[in-house]
Amino acid sequence: MINPFRSEAEAFRFLIRTIAYFAVIAAAALIDKWLGVAVFVLATGVVVWWLFFRGDPKRPIRTAPARRGGEGERRILVVANETVGGSTLRDRIRERSEGVRAQVLVVSPALNTPIRHWASDEDGARAVAETRLEESLGRLRSGGIDARGEVGDSEPLQAIEDALRTFGADEIIISTHPEGRSQWLERGIVSQARERFAVPITHVVVDLDADREEIR
Amino acid sequence: MATHVEADHHGPPLANQSSRVDSRVLGMFLFIASEVMLFGAFFTAYFFVRVVNGIEWPTEGLHLPVFVAGVNTCILVTSSFTVHWALQSIKRDNRAGMKAGLVLTLALGFVFLLTQAREYSRVGFAPSDGAFGTIFYGLTGLHGAHVFVGLMLLTFATIRAFRGHYSAAHHHGVEIPGIYWHFVDVMWIVVYTTIYIL
Repeated sequence: MINPFRSEAEAFRFLIRTIAYFAVIAAAALIDKWLGVAVFVLATGVVVWWLFFRGDPKRPIRTAPARRGGEGERRILVVANETVGGSTLRDRIRERSEGVRAQVLVVSPALNTPIRHWASDEDGARAVAETRLEESLGRLRSGGIDARGEVGDSEPLQAIEDALRTFGADEIIISTHPEGRSQWLERGIVSQARERFAVPITHVVVDLDADREEIR
Repeated sequence: MATHVEADHHGPPLANQSSRVDSRVLGMFLFIASEVMLFGAFFTAYFFVRVVNGIEWPTEGLHLPVFVAGVNTCILVTSSFTVHWALQSIKRDNRAGMKAGLVLTLALGFVFLLTQAREYSRVGFAPSDGAFGTIFYGLTGLHGAHVFVGLMLLTFATIRAFRGHYSAAHHHGVEIPGIYWHFVDVMWIVVYTTIYIL
């Protein structure tokens, strides 16, 4: 839901809409009580629909990060929750690192419940993400890939955006579970990331259970 | 450098700041939510008294000064325009516009409160005169208290404006009281419509 009081300008617009809403209801009620009730129901229905059900008409503005690496350097951003470490992902990173000086940053979003997030109770989620990150970096290093890592926002798209601001990647690799088991895929994280960031994005599916991986 | 900062830091560890939820936005959201609940409690009482119990509104023999309150509503709505003007002015580095907007808002707010006080003195019933009187004074009084708080905030903003504070880049001190003032105005629209008109 949109907070109508997040800036003065929005609060001012909200006031104008409130005046219009009540003016219509009051005018109808002065003509006839039941007409007032009908207009109230109708106007409230429109407001509820507008607040909760209308699609967001604003498509995200596609942004490209500022280039930070030097000549002959490729910066690869890897975003994964718990799926870093499969051989396909390692091969993919290695393949993209060949012949260039590669900088690899692994971002592990601090996955959290919405209530804990809103209450800023993120310590537990960050600690778990930190452990996961250390494990992921260890696996990559054992595969001969020198990577560094950081814990990101619990929202993967925000974590990518944050990392792009400081790291400025040339390429993003998003690692997820297979369809049906991946919450990120269900929420369309990969397609949204492609819409939002003007950077080549590779989606690597890692099936840890079946030890089967595939690149899309 | 980071080590130096850590060495100087005393007290609890620094909180992690998510870039997704701005603490000021969250603070304002929680504050407005609590205010909506407070007014909601009073409106629930109004609903039960008027709709569920079906008492006559206003009680027979009593009259609400709809016209005077309507003029007062116009005054308060105008004050929202002036505070909006004040903020838009400082965003463009127009200090004179900001000062004029804030002073006008203060003046209009004081006129609103004085008119309400005069209305109380002439309305002809007291809070103890039945449920209608209690609801009327409860809701309008609660709102009046909010106007008073808003005026205090705007007074501080105005004093700071005349002392040379605020700029196009830094105008939080005008924006936050402005948001509060619009909230107070929205609540008055709801109170006026439900108590006086419907």
